[in-house]
Amino acid sequence: MAAHLSSGRVNLTALREAGRRELREFLDKCAGSKAIVWDEYLTGPFGLIAQYSLLKEHEVEKMFTLKPGRLPQADVKNIIFFVRPKLELMDIITDNVLREDRGRSPQRDFHILFVPRRSLLCEQWLKEQGVLGSFIHREQYSLDLIPFDGDLLSMESESAFKECYLESDQTSLYHAAKGLMTLQALYGTIPQIFGKGECARHVANMMIRMKREFPGSQNSIFPVFDTLLLLDRNVDLLTPLATQLTYEGLIDEIYGIQNTYVKLPPEKFAPKKQGEGGKDLPTEPKKLQLNSAEELYAEIRDKNFNAVGSVLSKKAKIISAAFEERHHAKTVGEIKQFVSQLPHMQAARSSLANHTSIAELIKDITTSEDFFDNLTVEQEFMSGIDTDKVNNYIEDCIAQKHPLIKILRLICLQSVCNSGLKQKVLDHYKREILQTYGYEHILTLNNLEKAGLLKPQTSGRNNYPTIRKTLRLWMDDVNEQNPNDISYVYSGYAPLSVRLAQLLARPGWRSIEEVLKMLPGPHFEERQQLPTGLQKKRQHGENRVTLVFFLGGVTYAEIAALRFLSQMEDGGTEYVIATTKLINGTSWMKSLMEKLEPAPF
Amino acid sequence: MSRARADEEEYWHSSKFRAFTFDDEDDELSQLKESKRAVNSLRDIVDDDDDDDLERVSWSGEPVGSISWSIKETASSSTSSLEGRDASLQKGSSSYAAFPKQVSSYSLSSLFKGRNKLPSFQSLSDALSDTGVKNYTPELRRPKAEYKDYSSDWSPKDTVRRMQRGKVCSLERFRSLQDKLVLLDEAVAGHDGNVITAVLIFLKRTLRREILFRELEVRQVALCHLIHFLKETGEQKLLLDLLRFLDRTEEVALSQYREHLNIQDVEKRREFLKGCIGLPFSAEDTSHIQDHYTLLERQIIIEANDRHLEAAGQSQIFRKYPRKASILNMPLVTTLFYSCFYHYTEAEGMFSSPANLKKTFKIPDKQYVLTALAARAKLRAWDDVDALFTTKNWLGYTKKKAPIGFHRVVEILQRNNAPVQVLQEYVRLVEDVETRLNLATKYKCHDVVIETYRDLKDRIQLTAYKCKVERGSAEEDKINSILNN
Repeated sequence: MAAHLSSGRVNLTALREAGRRELREFLDKCAGSKAIVWDEYLTGPFGLIAQYSLLKEHEVEKMFTLKPGRLPQADVKNIIFFVRPKLELMDIITDNVLREDRGRSPQRDFHILFVPRRSLLCEQWLKEQGVLGSFIHREQYSLDLIPFDGDLLSMESESAFKECYLESDQTSLYHAAKGLMTLQALYGTIPQIFGKGECARHVANMMIRMKREFPGSQNSIFPVFDTLLLLDRNVDLLTPLATQLTYEGLIDEIYGIQNTYVKLPPEKFAPKKQGEGGKDLPTEPKKLQLNSAEELYAEIRDKNFNAVGSVLSKKAKIISAAFEERHHAKTVGEIKQFVSQLPHMQAARSSLANHTSIAELIKDITTSEDFFDNLTVEQEFMSGIDTDKVNNYIEDCIAQKHPLIKILRLICLQSVCNSGLKQKVLDHYKREILQTYGYEHILTLNNLEKAGLLKPQTSGRNNYPTIRKTLRLWMDDVNEQNPNDISYVYSGYAPLSVRLAQLLARPGWRSIEEVLKMLPGPHFEERQQLPTGLQKKRQHGENRVTLVFFLGGVTYAEIAALRFLSQMEDGGTEYVIATTKLINGTSWMKSLMEKLEPAPF
Repeated sequence: MSRARADEEEYWHSSKFRAFTFDDEDDELSQLKESKRAVNSLRDIVDDDDDDDLERVSWSGEPVGSISWSIKETASSSTSSLEGRDASLQKGSSSYAAFPKQVSSYSLSSLFKGRNKLPSFQSLSDALSDTGVKNYTPELRRPKAEYKDYSSDWSPKDTVRRMQRGKVCSLERFRSLQDKLVLLDEAVAGHDGNVITAVLIFLKRTLRREILFRELEVRQVALCHLIHFLKETGEQKLLLDLLRFLDRTEEVALSQYREHLNIQDVEKRREFLKGCIGLPFSAEDTSHIQDHYTLLERQIIIEANDRHLEAAGQSQIFRKYPRKASILNMPLVTTLFYSCFYHYTEAEGMFSSPANLKKTFKIPDKQYVLTALAARAKLRAWDDVDALFTTKNWLGYTKKKAPIGFHRVVEILQRNNAPVQVLQEYVRLVEDVETRLNLATKYKCHDVVIETYRDLKDRIQLTAYKCKVERGSAEEDKINSILNN
């Protein structure tokens, strides 16, 4: 069930297994039958670590979603709350505990498992409500880095960007450093650390400090990673704002991928059997898991969407031919062989059916006029056209009251591509937004300004053209079918973050010192000493392994670009990607918006 | 939508920039169709049995046995159905029961706790036992009442480290200001927000406010954590005091303004917003806050009036188009639309009149015309639409003018299902010939197409267009007569 985690250069099953082990240990501490009350947000990430059967083996008999009121009647000895350390959740737990029937016998024991870290603030809160004493075990489950795929780890911390860049709260950076220490404990000390940005600097400092304080973490494991590259999201604010144009990126932009699962409109996924069809089409969304365990998906997810159709049709021909084989099977042996291949062919067939349907759904959107217009404006901005004046299309979208997030993405994109907007232009956009969407959005606009996404041009100088030219962020001749450069993931724009990683590997950052200075935060290099026996003697032709950690989030298109670099024949470097959260422009904007009361209708 | 699609395509082809286009659109589409066909045809061949899937998946895609699936199941099911599922889970669990064996068997915490589990970790656990701290494993079953640390001579540094490991430590013995500040600095140096916050809670409780503020002013990281923490716990008053002390006036203003979102009662909200006007916002923001207050004030008046009108049932417009929701707390443009819909003809003196809103909030012409057009088109009040774009000069000549461009006018009218007669009047006014032809063709304004080709003297196109109009219609006659001249 987790074979895809071991398919990459680094076997991430070990990390998953460590997580499962820790979970078992905790469950066994609470002896007897149990019920788990889940903070709903956690079920997704936990699902990547363990299935229900694991919990069941450790006497978990019931599971509920955390909500206010009296806990359901369940005849178990233990009630365990699995929660993030958030005050609003503590209030719900308090309510649950206070409503528990004290007269019932036998009494149920309460426990809390904080994920990823125990919070003294939360415990203080529970104490003030007078329920802290009700909990026998209060522990933490260090679910810092969760393996999503053979080359992908995420902390799934929604608010990391906001906390780091808006509130200067470094807690999530501390968790990132902790996660990296765990990785080093499992996969060896990483000898080289590079970084760019304030947060990157902090994380590197913490890692070095933790290593000093835990001499024990000096382990004797042969290092799997050669290099760690820490990148601040605010070094590259541009990339997540643009619409991703890879297959996986578009699925995420349009439907949103949550913990490797996507929910799709059911209409295109007709029931399998003929007899069932017709009358009762399913109304529930179709849920699919997307990862490299599915052969076809692994092949197409990182392609530009324009290159997906031809792969699908090729596959269709191959599968049709394979099924045709049955007519040629004459002898018993041949028939037997055909039958033995059936399950595999059948899986391939259903995989092809699903992705053909998804591609059709996406195509309906990418061929719409509005998608085209939006993309045109994005590409104009990224290539440096008309970034310094009020844009007609954006004005039109406001007038037609398109979703606010779409507007904010475009305006922020324009601002970033112009090193800030002229005061007059910024004021104009602000007024239009407040008048059309409501004055309370002044709070959101303020957040965006604080994060540097939307700002007045202060220096009077626009650095973006220099950055664009030096880093070759805009490529005129893109080959979407057979790409030769990472810019294919945005049909022209090469993600800045990935360009930095690429240039670091070859020829090194010294060649771009000037541009690095224009980007926010320090850039640095650290070395961690290895015992002599562990120093790596590289085999000829063996690739280096670099872990790229995006502090503040990464998009699927950036991941695709890094995978593209990994696969380049003469690349010389393979990449593993870690992040605080998998994001797209929409989810990112949402995390920065002020929580407003829901509209009255 | 400012440019027609064809224009844009030409633009992309002629410039060096690429848009996201499907090079061979038909081919692409047919490829998808082809794979779809192949897939469908195979359905009959294969007997679909879920049995050979690696994982059992319910229709919603959730693997059977996944956590979120199980929550639904166990929460609703009785024991008997639990039993039933047991069997179906057998296979799933056995499939990965084999798997842990090949991988390491430590937990995340054991890596740091230093439990010796496998020989290869020998050095790790050895090194850990050298540190002298023996008890790395969390206590099992701590008595409920126990909530303090017995050892009381931890240094600030050790205290912070213990707290980082999730231990509960008593901070009470740090009595002097000096000790407390050392403790805080240690916590900040450890970067663990959880510990920093815990120390701040302690300092907040045991230090005088002025001293706390003064010391935090020179400790920016701790300060940020306290602000975040006060926001989260909703200690608004202390937060505002702190921000004021720090002279972060704009933040004070915004933070106070944010409070209005928690006030449900409109009268109270209005009063509150009134109080916000004097807050130290930036100049630009001050005018927005002022507008927010004025808008709500107007909305309250309009709402009271209209609710009464609607209830009385005397007003025709409210009878014909009952209101879907109250206008309270709606954005300005929505309010303007509402006003153009229900109160279009009122004199400027009335608060609910569009003219009054336009003047009070200095709504730009473009915005006003767009909104009024959309509202009147929705009511199919074509005369009003006409009047919106008619200007008279001092000689009394009338002229058609649209600050938003007539192609936009056409689009909005079309969205509101305007009849062809109305539509073509405005299509005719689109200045750019290419755009005009496009719109006219798209919306079947035959007269405009014919006239435009006539003016262009384009016989070929005109002849070709004949097949687009109905046989024997007036349009066909028109084309023929032009061609014959």
